Amino acid sequence: MAIPKVMGIETEYGIISRGGEDQNPIFASSLLINSYVSPRLKRVRWDYDQETPLRDARGPYPRADLDLLEEDGGLVSVILENGARYYVDHAHPEYSTPECSNALDLVIHDKAGERILADSMEAAGRSLPPGSRILTYKNNSDGKGNSYGCHENYLMDRATAFGSIVSMLTPFLVTRQVFTGAGKVGSEGSSASEDVDYQISQRADFFEVEVGLETTFRRPLINTRDEPHADAEKYRRLHVIIGDANMSEISTFLKTGTTALVLSMIEDAFITADLRIEDPVKALKKISQDPTCTAAFELADGRTVTAIDLQWEYLSWAKKYVADQDTADVTSSVLSRWEQVLTALEQDPMSLGNQLDWVAKYQTIQDYRQSKGLKWSDPKLALVDLQYHDIRPDRSIYYRLVDSGQIDLIATEEQVQRAVSYPPSDTRAFFRGSALRKFSSQITAASWDAIIFDIDGDSLRKVPMLEPLKGTRAGIGALIDESADAAELLERLQS
Amino acid sequence: MAEERKRVRRSTERDSEEAVQNPPKSQDRSAETVDQLISDIDEVLEENAEEFVRSYVQKGGQ
Repeated sequence: MAIPKVMGIETEYGIISRGGEDQNPIFASSLLINSYVSPRLKRVRWDYDQETPLRDARGPYPRADLDLLEEDGGLVSVILENGARYYVDHAHPEYSTPECSNALDLVIHDKAGERILADSMEAAGRSLPPGSRILTYKNNSDGKGNSYGCHENYLMDRATAFGSIVSMLTPFLVTRQVFTGAGKVGSEGSSASEDVDYQISQRADFFEVEVGLETTFRRPLINTRDEPHADAEKYRRLHVIIGDANMSEISTFLKTGTTALVLSMIEDAFITADLRIEDPVKALKKISQDPTCTAAFELADGRTVTAIDLQWEYLSWAKKYVADQDTADVTSSVLSRWEQVLTALEQDPMSLGNQLDWVAKYQTIQDYRQSKGLKWSDPKLALVDLQYHDIRPDRSIYYRLVDSGQIDLIATEEQVQRAVSYPPSDTRAFFRGSALRKFSSQITAASWDAIIFDIDGDSLRKVPMLEPLKGTRAGIGALIDESADAAELLERLQS
Repeated sequence: MAEERKRVRRSTERDSEEAVQNPPKSQDRSAETVDQLISDIDEVLEENAEEFVRSYVQKGGQ
């Protein structure tokens, strides 16, 4: 039986400073985060001890050029009371949601991240000279061949052979872009072509190989980083790097909900069909460059299919898979939305402008282009593309569409605001966030899988959190509420 | 080729009649809505599009 799919999203935001001196992006990112986070939380260190980003899921693997994957010791990195991590990664501000048990909670926490970045921009603005601004964007490309990621993480059973993940998941990841794509004007990097006016995915241009450990160059469809942030004997954390950062809640919901379902089926060896694509990297780009969603490509077994065909296959397996299970409401909702979206994509992709980012943006840019008589190569259209991903409600084209009722939402603003301050109740993020809220003065460091307490300067006590589904409100909520200080909490946790 | 593609589609069972019968309606924006959208966009766009787009460079991402 597949293990529960605990999951999270880490988003690198694009950043630029305007007016006044040109600040380097690391400094701007640090200023952004430092302006937002209270001193009380800043003194709690991120504990890097458990980080092993260079461990490869395939086992020892020859690699010559990985010294480029430097880690970020010394840069700003804080843990928030909602259980999230907010930090400078390479040259970007990055927000990692707390661990969530389902796709709806993840949508809510992903949106909470946007609100935190928007608040940070405002706070940073107050400490900058008049006229200076720091702007951030929730997208994945600068349009000049540079990309930054929105990675998903899924808890998986260590017993599942990595090879079966590669063969069963790759066709799914290559084709899911028809509903997860965030849309992009033009093409770039080694995929640059003057024939592409607009494509479905922000990220497709940047993928070059099928499997690999790298994330900043020679990007692979399947990333092999083996850093579980949990009990390594029992778990993997599958690090999915191919996705676009979504503004649309429905796109994020489908992106994570359908992927979690497919991973459960892979763990249970449920899918028996061979769905491997003959050339997945080529197919990824071909699908992205075809907004009609009818581009055909070859499977390894010689059949010719479209992205929608393969998605129907996965959906069909998923429906059979859940048929004899007690299905959570969220899973039922994922299945019905998945089916509705595939049906609509097949009839007329442009009917999904109220649901999917790439369609909403495409229609908006088309309207603007036609009204102004602009060519696709006009820089104004690249700017409209970028402005879709602004996260400030008053400046973002996405939020203008929301305000005028043209985009469907699935989370309420009340849920999102709550998630800005509070962790999900049903994963270990509850313990991390709640302990930090109540006992931050007695916490010296924390990470995904441990909190280090400093009780009266006596000795450091590390509380491991190797089980992502332990430390929930149901498990330890009362203990936290009832403990007067961290010493009492630790004592009661041990008894 | 076409026949092979059909076979893939036929192998898919779609038993949720509701989803099939009620696909989302195509969004035809009224002229008024489009005008409002265009004016909204002009309001939020950064000045000097060409210079802004040129200066938006993001190195070092994953």
